[in-house]
Amino acid sequence: MKIRIKFRRFGTMKFLGHLDLMRYFQKAVRRAQIDICYSEGYSPHQIMSFAAPLGVGITSDGEYFDIEVNSTMSTKQALEALNATMVEGIEVTGYVALPDNAKTAMAIVAAADYRLTFKDGYESPCSVLEWQEHIQTLFTEQGSFTILKKTKKSEREVDLKPLVYNFSVAEDENGKPAFFLQVSTGSIDNIKPELVLASLYEKLGYIYDERAIQIHRLEVYTRDDAGALVSLLALGTPVE
Amino acid sequence: MTKLALSDEILMQIDKPARYIGNELNAVKKNKADVDIRFAMCFPDVYEIGMSHLGIQILYDMFNKRSDTWCERVYSPWPDLHAIMKEQNIPLFGLESQEPLKEFDFIGITLQYEMCYTNILQILDLSQVPLLSKDRTNDDPIVIGGGPCSYNPEPIADFFDIFYIGEGEVVYGKLLELYKEHKKGCYDRAAFLHDAAKIPGLYVPALYEVTYREDNTIAAFTPIYDDIPHTIKKQVEMQLSEAVYPEKPVVPFIKATQDRIVLEIQRGCIRGCRFCQAGMIYRPNREKRVSDLKEKARQMIRNTGYEEISLSSLSSSDYKELPELLDFLMDECKDQHINISLPSLRIDAFSLDVMSKVQDVKKSSLTFAPEAGSQRMRNVINKGLTVENILGGAEEAFKGGWNKVKLYFMLGLPTETEEDMRAIPELANDIAALYYDTVPKEQRNGKCQVTISTSFFVPKPFTPFQWAGMFTPDDYLGRAKIVNDHLKEQLNHKSIRYNWHEADVTVLEGLLARGDRRVAKAILYVYEHGGFFDAWREIFDYNRWLEAFEACGLSIDFYALRERPLDEILPWDFIDIGVTKEFMIREWNQAHKETVTPNCRMRCSGCGAKEFHGGVCYEDKN
Repeated sequence: MKIRIKFRRFGTMKFLGHLDLMRYFQKAVRRAQIDICYSEGYSPHQIMSFAAPLGVGITSDGEYFDIEVNSTMSTKQALEALNATMVEGIEVTGYVALPDNAKTAMAIVAAADYRLTFKDGYESPCSVLEWQEHIQTLFTEQGSFTILKKTKKSEREVDLKPLVYNFSVAEDENGKPAFFLQVSTGSIDNIKPELVLASLYEKLGYIYDERAIQIHRLEVYTRDDAGALVSLLALGTPVE
Repeated sequence: MTKLALSDEILMQIDKPARYIGNELNAVKKNKADVDIRFAMCFPDVYEIGMSHLGIQILYDMFNKRSDTWCERVYSPWPDLHAIMKEQNIPLFGLESQEPLKEFDFIGITLQYEMCYTNILQILDLSQVPLLSKDRTNDDPIVIGGGPCSYNPEPIADFFDIFYIGEGEVVYGKLLELYKEHKKGCYDRAAFLHDAAKIPGLYVPALYEVTYREDNTIAAFTPIYDDIPHTIKKQVEMQLSEAVYPEKPVVPFIKATQDRIVLEIQRGCIRGCRFCQAGMIYRPNREKRVSDLKEKARQMIRNTGYEEISLSSLSSSDYKELPELLDFLMDECKDQHINISLPSLRIDAFSLDVMSKVQDVKKSSLTFAPEAGSQRMRNVINKGLTVENILGGAEEAFKGGWNKVKLYFMLGLPTETEEDMRAIPELANDIAALYYDTVPKEQRNGKCQVTISTSFFVPKPFTPFQWAGMFTPDDYLGRAKIVNDHLKEQLNHKSIRYNWHEADVTVLEGLLARGDRRVAKAILYVYEHGGFFDAWREIFDYNRWLEAFEACGLSIDFYALRERPLDEILPWDFIDIGVTKEFMIREWNQAHKETVTPNCRMRCSGCGAKEFHGGVCYEDKN
């Protein structure tokens, strides 16, 4: 049986690398006595795969991994068992059963929502209102939003417009600008939200300082049969 | 959530920031207002090494079970962070509270190997605590050391206020009670240390005076007060099964060197190898009850989620209930997909049977530690292992499907001759030949792979070889060359690989292991000239040490190379480990006669450890 698990990581736990987080959950599912399946062979490993892992320093409300289990507790029991053995800064928020033919989360990721805010001690180069105007004129009203993408081998122009589904700004609880971005995510067109913001800075002649910005992922999506974005959790059903 | 001591900017620019954020599973958080004592437990090496150490896990658990104490952990910041902390004047902090160590009551530092001595100074320096005990004030924490290197604490005596000689379970409670008592009144550091020195097993170096003869050897070692002991008595936990043991060890996020449950099954060793310090200082051998071990194993599996469990002891094969324990573990672990790792097992039919059940025979290699190539040399070191044992074990292993064998040896042992050196590749060749004789061609899983590793012998305090001389780095490398050259002449040399240890670090280790108080200034010199993380080959700088000895007027020949006469006062003679000096001398003489001393279960050799009233010494007398 396939299970999809959703979790948050926040606070100091943003400093864990992806591999460490994976190792953390491998032990956590044992402690919670989740009846996880193991691969065959002499050194069996748990059947577990993560969707669109984040880099060090990024917090998230919408992280996912899939596991296979021999048997399962109810959603409520599993959430309780897992959360009873979490460290502060990691919280499991979803546990759903997937159809047997479901593809792994990793394979179907299509988009993600991000919120980018200014960290304490850093100020925005302009006000929320000014940002709204900049985004309107330089992004929303434009037919394209080209950036220079640098790889090890070459530099090429890429148009981000079709890959950024939403780009807006509002005021956060500290009165500073908070950017909201919905971007294409996955193995084909994977757009990092900070790349979009940094490109806007560049077009405005501002210096983008990556240390100033806290990146927070809100949700990860896939596309349903009609092509609409739905959260990865929506493909499963709670276990009674 | 605890606010981190390091800013996002710093954590994002250094390697492995998770080393410094704490918050691991089973880490203990307390409210500092609720405790009387804050104890920082430090392993002076990088996090992944320090987190692998069992002793700290035990003491961390023991301290935190007290409601009046909060024990936190601290490890050496890697050089990348070290530079930032120095530049920005950021004080070193405990992982749990993220608060500066200088605000703690105690900084406890475990001393596991000599090459971490400069890292002790790094810890104190970054903590903004004076490096020398004599410069500390009432506001500074008490710096206390323990662990194997504290059995000769003299080279680092200037840096510590107290050394704890022996096993931590015994008198820490008394020390903490005494500290609370002193803190109630008008606290005076010197008065506290004077009282602490009266607790058995606690050594306060400032309260002892050493004088030297003209030839630089020690003339006298005397307490400066009448009411503190002349000799410091090793503390031993005799009720090992009842003693604290962490059911909920801290589980690191990043991969530690020892990334598994560690189940200590016994302390001490019955074997009496003459080079081995652990085999002497942990006497008498004490086994834990198998029923308790089963219970602990279950709890630890449940509380950590680890996928591997390892047994800890100096010689697991000597644990009497090993078959019962392993049966239980194999049963318990099978369904839960937990691996069992079995270090320090003697290779025989029993262990091969167990290993074939818990390991992938094709992938794993077998380890033999003959320690010496010739039978003569093995008799000298009292390694009761015969060539028949080794070849018999190897034959069984080859029949069982193994084809990778690792062999560990030492070079530079007392009385070693060229013949002894040449016996090493010869033994490896015999083992390789045995493979081709034992396993028919069609059943072979490729060639057989024999790997020889040699380290250079370092004489350690409280061993029968504590008087032995050492050799120069060139001499050591010459010995390795003899082995290497002779290896090339062996028929099966294509199946044998050879690697050897560095020679310069060996000499230094020997110097620090048997040094006296005057060596401290060289350690200080090295640290002040930028040297630390000496245990890391890529960082270690031998020339800086040579420069330090030169500058401090210390002779490598005096401290490392010369053989000591038996009547010389050794810097560690004031410590009483229960095993007597008479026994050591007897063993030193037996070594020169190439005579083997039987192990503790075969016959008591009267080492002196019987005075602790338990363990193997009383095994059949209960």
